[in-house]
Amino acid sequence: MTMIFGVPLAVLSGQLLIGIINGAFYALLSLGLAVIFGLLKIINFAHGAMYMLGALVTVVLFDLMGVNYWVALFLAPLLVGAFGVLIEYFLLRRIAGQDHIYSLLLTFGVALIIQGVLTNIYGVSGLRYAMPDMFKGGINLGFMFLPYYRAWVIVVAMLVCFGTWFIIEKTKLGSYLRAGTEDSQLMQGFGINVPLLVSLTYGFGVMLSALAGVLAAPIYSVTPVMGSNILIVVFAVVVIGGMGSIGGAIITGILMGVVEGLTKTFYPPASSAVIFLVMVMVLMIRPTGLFGKEA
Amino acid sequence: MTMMKKLLASAVASALMASGAQAAISDNTVKIGYLADMSGTYRDLAGPNGLKAMEMAVADFGGKVNGAKIEIVSADDRNSADVASSTVRRWLENDGVDMVGGLVASSVTLAAVGLLEQNDKLGLVSGAAAASISNESCSPNHIHYVYDTYAFSVGTPTAMVKEGNKRWFILTADYAFGHALEADVTRVVEANGGEVVGSIRHPFPTSDFSSFILQAQASGADVIAMANAGSDTTNAITTAAEFGVTQAGQAIAGLVVFLSDIHALGAEVAQGLQLTTGWYWDMNDETREWSDRFMEKTGTKPTMIHAGVYSSTMQYLKAIEATGSDDAQTVRQHMIKTPINDMFASNGYIREDGRMVHDMYLTRVKTPAESTNEWDLYEIVRTIPGEEAFRPLSESKCRLVKN
Repeated sequence: MTMIFGVPLAVLSGQLLIGIINGAFYALLSLGLAVIFGLLKIINFAHGAMYMLGALVTVVLFDLMGVNYWVALFLAPLLVGAFGVLIEYFLLRRIAGQDHIYSLLLTFGVALIIQGVLTNIYGVSGLRYAMPDMFKGGINLGFMFLPYYRAWVIVVAMLVCFGTWFIIEKTKLGSYLRAGTEDSQLMQGFGINVPLLVSLTYGFGVMLSALAGVLAAPIYSVTPVMGSNILIVVFAVVVIGGMGSIGGAIITGILMGVVEGLTKTFYPPASSAVIFLVMVMVLMIRPTGLFGKEA
Repeated sequence: MTMMKKLLASAVASALMASGAQAAISDNTVKIGYLADMSGTYRDLAGPNGLKAMEMAVADFGGKVNGAKIEIVSADDRNSADVASSTVRRWLENDGVDMVGGLVASSVTLAAVGLLEQNDKLGLVSGAAAASISNESCSPNHIHYVYDTYAFSVGTPTAMVKEGNKRWFILTADYAFGHALEADVTRVVEANGGEVVGSIRHPFPTSDFSSFILQAQASGADVIAMANAGSDTTNAITTAAEFGVTQAGQAIAGLVVFLSDIHALGAEVAQGLQLTTGWYWDMNDETREWSDRFMEKTGTKPTMIHAGVYSSTMQYLKAIEATGSDDAQTVRQHMIKTPINDMFASNGYIREDGRMVHDMYLTRVKTPAESTNEWDLYEIVRTIPGEEAFRPLSESKCRLVKN
């Protein structure tokens, strides 16, 4: 068997694929953060909580009303996105234009409240969510067993990431968005409802996070605290990619998934630290991040 | 001369009894503290429902002992030894707390038992797993009631190696508890003629285990053992099911697994998993009766910790009733002398090192077809006698044991 640094090639290929799958999750989550920061300059510390809400709503919708996975894939992000719009309208709007630290603290507080209340109701053991029947099983690729569901995750995440990038960077709606945050008074003058645009953008960023939550529901333990573990990693990904860079967040997400996957193979204890190590190195060499514009 | 000694002894004894009768129960109140993780990782296996179990014990006892009223105070230790220390210090030094129960995270417990000894109060440990609590870190002021890492690593690995599962791969949570468990399991596997072909120390906590499961699959081991707890264990088992581990012929061994974990996983995902438990709700009429009452109050079936909190609190109150005193040493000595026969244990006994010795149970998680309801999850495969389950006194490093 071919070996690379003492690891069989087959195992390594498997780890690379797993890394790309996890990277797809990171990409989806950091994309939402990057949209919210890039367009609204809000540091959204409630992003992990929104990811958790996406998963939790999926489970609760199924338990209470028998809503299946396919419907939840659309319904849960819409519901959580609407909740995000409410947060923007009632809370974030009041501190618009203030220093970033205010949005950070406010969203962090919101996240703690949501997590605390839901922990009281649902506990921390994790809620059960059955894998949809059509995704049960997997395919033997020769070097690894690939569950169908993981393949599905890559497909969905990549489509959504590309779609979002395309809308924001290449369409007229995207140009309104970018212009509206650049100079909102001017845009108001052109008859564009900027506050509505801001609410919807925040809601959209939250939806992306909730969608990642729905995708996570069948494979990870769904608990009210699941978002707090992943939030910091996703922030690091965004910083590495360059705060606010949409394309950067996507590419860095996948890249970091792979880096983490390889670390899990060669030296597992460092796997929780490696992304932060990369972050430190990137910030020392390129303070604006890999894809960030020069400040 | 012997006559003289006897006289003297009885005089001293009666003097002690007289003073004991005076001191009887301090403040005419028995105050119990319940310290546990009420909001974090260990919330569901102990947490607020453990407090309910303690309240049940006090209510079942009648709310009073020898005319003195019984009070419960509680606090969230947030799994932090610092928070636990300041809480326990306040309880013991200012609030007149006589006994601290619950005690779930090992770090919290080790911090608390030091303070209990300084203040000569009693601790009844129902949750913490580190075997050192009744070994190197034993004290005359606490009792280790439900289980320890030694007992967990004896049950499941011994049985599985004997079934012919010789090659083991261990997934270890990368901190003191996981390392201790890994060492214990390795010792047991090797002693029974098996071998550990590989292990991974994963960060604590980890949510995505796919990479580690892939490595475990590639190792060619017969068994993948989970030397972790809580969400790490449930996440790893979920991922193992997704990647078809058991279908491909590898077995999974859970080492520290609670009913709340298996309930969260469900029989579909957890079926066939072998694990060791100190207690299960569906063992006999007595356990079922108590568990039904518990479920009425909490909406869930009790874990072994919940049952342990109830049982230990009950034993404590009975000892106060029998001795007429809430003095820690008097109560502890009486508890050591009294065999435990209740809904939790039959013929359980407390050793001088504070270890409560009782039967443990090797169980297998039922298949969805076997399981008749959401809590019907375990089939008891073998009863492991207490003497076999727990570290023998002859190997003890406890300072209270003369070896």
